[in-house]
Amino acid sequence: MKTTVRMRNFILLAAVAVAVVFLPGLLIKIGVIDAYTAQIFTLAGINAIMAISVNIICGVTGQLSLGQAGFMAIGAYVCIWFSQAMHFPLPLAMVTGALFAAVAGFFIGFPTLKLSGDYLAIVTLGFGEILRVIFVNLKVFTGGANGKRFTTILAASADIAWIVIIGTLAAVVIFLQNFLRSTYGRAIFSVREDEIAANSNGISVFKYKMTGFVVAAFVAGLAGALYAPFIGFVKPDLSSFNRSVDYLIYVVLGGMGSVTGSVIAAFVLTYLQEFLRFLKEYRLLIYPVILILVMLFRPQGLLGMKEFSFVRAWQRVTARRGAKDVGK
Amino acid sequence: MSDVLLRVDDISIVFGGLRAVGGFSCELKTGELVGLIGPNGAGKTTVFNMLSGVYTPTEGSICFTDARGRVHSVHEKKPFQLSKIGIARTFQNIRLFGNLTVEDNVLIAMHSQREINPLDAIFRTPRFYRDEERLRAKTLELLALFKIDSKKEELASNLPYGEQRKLEIVRALATNPRLLLLDEPAAGMNPQETQELMGLISFIRKQFNLTILLIEHDMKLVMGICERLIVLDYGRTIAAGLPAEIKENPAVIKAYLGEEAMIDA
Repeated sequence: MKTTVRMRNFILLAAVAVAVVFLPGLLIKIGVIDAYTAQIFTLAGINAIMAISVNIICGVTGQLSLGQAGFMAIGAYVCIWFSQAMHFPLPLAMVTGALFAAVAGFFIGFPTLKLSGDYLAIVTLGFGEILRVIFVNLKVFTGGANGKRFTTILAASADIAWIVIIGTLAAVVIFLQNFLRSTYGRAIFSVREDEIAANSNGISVFKYKMTGFVVAAFVAGLAGALYAPFIGFVKPDLSSFNRSVDYLIYVVLGGMGSVTGSVIAAFVLTYLQEFLRFLKEYRLLIYPVILILVMLFRPQGLLGMKEFSFVRAWQRVTARRGAKDVGK
Repeated sequence: MSDVLLRVDDISIVFGGLRAVGGFSCELKTGELVGLIGPNGAGKTTVFNMLSGVYTPTEGSICFTDARGRVHSVHEKKPFQLSKIGIARTFQNIRLFGNLTVEDNVLIAMHSQREINPLDAIFRTPRFYRDEERLRAKTLELLALFKIDSKKEELASNLPYGEQRKLEIVRALATNPRLLLLDEPAAGMNPQETQELMGLISFIRKQFNLTILLIEHDMKLVMGICERLIVLDYGRTIAAGLPAEIKENPAVIKAYLGEEAMIDA
């Protein structure tokens, strides 16, 4: 009985993932979805991965990071360097970029996670800005303020870019959910809830704060390593404070602690920014108004701390159909 | 039964200029149920915090013998390490994971008993499901002992006060302790609930072969179930012995009721 339920959930999830990744990919290929729309939604996918990264720190471990874009920039530049200078194949260069970001996360987290309060926010804020200055001046690796060109297949064909980026997003969501809904995830949540109680119940507070931080840095690095080949051009501005705050907005709007909420918010807001272009300069006025309205009427974010579940949605649909049959 | 589980040797702790505990010593033998009493501000909770690793004593040493007979220096370890070798505690002002379910609260305490690695969790291997089922079954068993198994899906913060206290004891038991430190388990309970709690404490002590050190203000509970009492005042031990002796001890009466009560008596 239990295995059949597990099997059904697995098939349902796999079907959804395949549909989300490959169906639009096919539509882009045959030209039903135009390249412009495809580009917006693919970029939204990268933003969603970044939002997840910020959410791991803000929603899951209960801290505040204001420099998540710094890890993204590390992922982007390391990916470019390993691909161009070391001639790594692109997928391997991407993973290397993400790993470098994770290592950077470890070294940033090591001195700061032992402190409590706003220290992490201050340190990460400085981290992002310092990185930006380093990237501007480290011309050999980064091309300085003019940025670095990186032409790949992801920039050239919209359908492959969609499949790779949305595929990665799906993998990140699924693996992260699996991790968070295991004993490791519970340990991380317990640290967010009450450090002293977690500590007294056998949870190493520092270890699990660090785990959350390094995982978040890895995911941000992955987003950067997807961004560079997709946009085909990277500037040091990628690691600026403004970008970190953009990603934080997705998380606050989607609901802190809700991974699926971040994904939905990233897609909605990325599209909204493009959709409002017909308003010209007024766009900059409307966008914040929408954010303020959401915060007024739904301060916990779109999904709050809940997760959207395809399995639960499916159960609700089938239950309703069952009820209708009884009604007949 | 007479082997020493915990030996506390002359511990003191100083906060700034305040000597909160000065020269506290005691010995707990395996299977004992000992009460730690004293007026407000006597330093009882501070002693607990030192025994559970929250504070490090300024002077003195604490030695604890684990299940395999190895002796650990408690004062050199962090709380999560002490939890792993068998010291569990509850808190005076309940510290549950309020936004998590009752079941999750207990499962978290069993984190150290996992038999999986992170990859099992990420890829949902059969080993992950087996381990998860094992831990959940054990959780349900423990919750059932305290009759709160029907509320496992509820958020811990939504439980009534008495059940929150019980859940905290369950969570402490879930770490497989040898020594259980209970900080005012009956605080805020009505006499009937206290009575029930007394029964439960005696029961779990036998069931899990526990040694219990208990802080309590409710004298009926303390005198009823404790085999031995230690009385603290101003951070010093003023008396120790059987409940009947403690009741008659002039120093204790003075600490609780003041000098004049002594003269009247």
